[in-house]
Amino acid sequence: MTTITAPVPSGGRRVEHPALPGGFAVPDFDRPLPSREGERIIQFREALREAMSEEMRRDERVFLLGEEVAEYNGAYKVSQGMLEEFGAKRIIDSPISENGFAGLGIAAAMYGLRPIIEFMSWSFSLVAADQLLNNAAKMLYMSGGQWGCPIVFRGNDGAGGQLGSTHSWCVEGLFANVPGTKIAIPSNPYDGKGLLKTAILDPDPVFFLESERMLGDKAHVPEEEYYIPFGKARLVREGDACTLISFGRPVNFCVEACEQLAAKGIECDLLDMRTIRPLDMDSVITSLKKTNRIVVVDQSWPFASIASEVVTQVVEKGFDWLDQAPIRVNTDDVPTPYAKNLEAEYLPNPAKIVAAVTRAMA
Amino acid sequence: MASASTQSPSTRAGARPSDALPAETLLKWLRDMQLIREFETRTMQAYQQAKIGGFCHIYSGQEASAVGTIRSLNPDDPIVLAYRDHGHALARGMSARACMAEMFGKAAGCAKGKGGSMHMFDKPHWLFGGHGIVGAQTPLGAGLAFAARYEWEVMGTGAKKVSVCYLGDGAIDQGAFHEALNLASLFGLPVIYVIENNGYSMGTAIHRHTANSKNLVSRGQSYAIKSVEIDGFDVRNVYDQFKPLVDECRDLQRPAFVDLKTYRYMGHSMSDPQKYRTKDEVDGWKEKDSIAALASHLMGSESDGGRACLSEDDWKAMRAEIAEEVRDSIEFAESAADPDVEAELYSDVYINPLPQSSPIADYPHGAKNPLL
Ligand SMILES: Cc1ncc(C[n+]2csc(CCOP(=O)(O)OP(=O)(O)O)c2C)c(N)n1
Ligand SMILES: [Mg+2]
Repeated sequence: MTTITAPVPSGGRRVEHPALPGGFAVPDFDRPLPSREGERIIQFREALREAMSEEMRRDERVFLLGEEVAEYNGAYKVSQGMLEEFGAKRIIDSPISENGFAGLGIAAAMYGLRPIIEFMSWSFSLVAADQLLNNAAKMLYMSGGQWGCPIVFRGNDGAGGQLGSTHSWCVEGLFANVPGTKIAIPSNPYDGKGLLKTAILDPDPVFFLESERMLGDKAHVPEEEYYIPFGKARLVREGDACTLISFGRPVNFCVEACEQLAAKGIECDLLDMRTIRPLDMDSVITSLKKTNRIVVVDQSWPFASIASEVVTQVVEKGFDWLDQAPIRVNTDDVPTPYAKNLEAEYLPNPAKIVAAVTRAMA
Repeated sequence: MASASTQSPSTRAGARPSDALPAETLLKWLRDMQLIREFETRTMQAYQQAKIGGFCHIYSGQEASAVGTIRSLNPDDPIVLAYRDHGHALARGMSARACMAEMFGKAAGCAKGKGGSMHMFDKPHWLFGGHGIVGAQTPLGAGLAFAARYEWEVMGTGAKKVSVCYLGDGAIDQGAFHEALNLASLFGLPVIYVIENNGYSMGTAIHRHTANSKNLVSRGQSYAIKSVEIDGFDVRNVYDQFKPLVDECRDLQRPAFVDLKTYRYMGHSMSDPQKYRTKDEVDGWKEKDSIAALASHLMGSESDGGRACLSEDDWKAMRAEIAEEVRDSIEFAESAADPDVEAELYSDVYINPLPQSSPIADYPHGAKNPLL
């Protein structure tokens, strides 16, 4: 392919790499992020759409491929209006062939394009697991650095409303096991936009995990362009009683739990990890040194989960600062049930988090 | 045994297998189809009232497909399908109560409320499940045929069977489907792949989602599988063409492929604004409605080729009886007990739960499935 020099956002720089003709852009991550407070209130799905559209305007190599993304305007309306703006050559409807279109995207990325592949749900990505975990994640390594795979896979992750056993996947526990993956999982519209823009510029495969339950969530998203770096947790609340670690949708449950705990005079540090590969253990340990207690909230199964990973690293790197055994709050260790009452019991919730923090404080 | 009503002109003209069937059989088909229609209507209401959650796919319009094919099978021929599964479950013999209670997430449901709308499983009726991941059931269809053939051929214990695997037109775009077809042909498996071709994969019309969409039979043919197109909107026609195919596959222990043309009246799922098609298109299909067509055939005079075995009053009474059966299923589902959290959340994970399998709790055995 004729080499296209990677367009660089203002303040950023271009980095050359033999696997990526034209290099890749790195935004100016030193620039302070714009305020989270403001009047420009939009939905999570719009924030994601803005991120994609802005990058597509800047870089012709970026395209969006997935089921119902074009004419239907997205199964969950994330890509609404994008067909109109970018046309059918760049916003492309696919058949229900996840293995096929994931692989197609991977090769297009190797060739020099910058695909965004939408999975209607990450639950459906499992039929494409070979492409994701063998081809995308390992291409650079197994080609000895000749071909990289700058691609974003994105879609809904986690339980929706009573979607049952096959449609409620949290793939982060599974996929994070594989080296070569980068995994981002935003908890709010502001971070959603900033992280997705970073994902699209990133020269490696990024698995971007959204939540159908949050697509309608609203928040201020600033007009000005911003990029949120991977591997930098956000301190959502400050306190010295206990460190709460979470990512994705359950961060919002943690906020609720923190409010309930604060009413009882218990103030927690709440860290929103934002990405789980890379995983900002530096921030975790810094907080632990202050609180000496840790609770990890993770909406996937407990066995060999991200929560397990956090706890392991806490023990490895922060053992001397622990006053209590670390506690995990995961979903229950069973396939996701359909019945409303069983599903409610199965998921993490503020009450379970309050109970865990209370136990950590005992 | 030919009854008086089989001496209709159409019988004399050409042997339609369904014309040789007693009137009671066709009346039963009518009842089966109307039960599905009524059941789905009440399902939509219950969904709108938030009594049913999750994804829910309505079968209205496609009744002739499930009824015509299932009535061509033996009751112990295994079947497996996708998530648009209420109609097949009812046609196979699942009670309206068990089906509705499942969607209400109640312990009396066919999967104890653990599965939901997309997962109708019914062991006594050889229904190996509705499956939510598009294409997931296609290798299972081959596996059921493999096991049935193995039982008959290697173990010498079973009769010759045929398995039927239903899938939507969208599912033929999945890789698993193509692998399954190859296996079925290569291994000589008595599985019939029935594409319930309603022209849409969610909001994507068939010519936009699959290549060579006017010639789906070529998919089967390319694997040397006997492949036919069937007008699936007329239940007698479905039976007439499907029954001989079943007999042949059973006899020869071979696969088959059917492009069964049908149409869904409602949206893809309960949350589909249907901007991809016109009301005229939907109405056009409704004019050919399979239930109305069969009712009119059964009411028609013999001289007009009808069966003259159903009066307006009979039909009205049948509909009233069905409405009552479905109303009862709603009432049953509504008043049925939720699954017991203590007993059910951690049960059915293992048949033989071993200690220390989970960092959280031990897995117990739950209540017995109400269908067993
Ligand atoms: C692997 C996978 N990808 C996507 C989906 C989401 N999805 C569910 S049904 C459907 C359309 C299927 O259409 P078709 O096979 O024609 O069956 P129909 O709904 O028309 O009966 C899609 C895209 C899914 N369930 N599984
Ligand atoms: Mg279809």
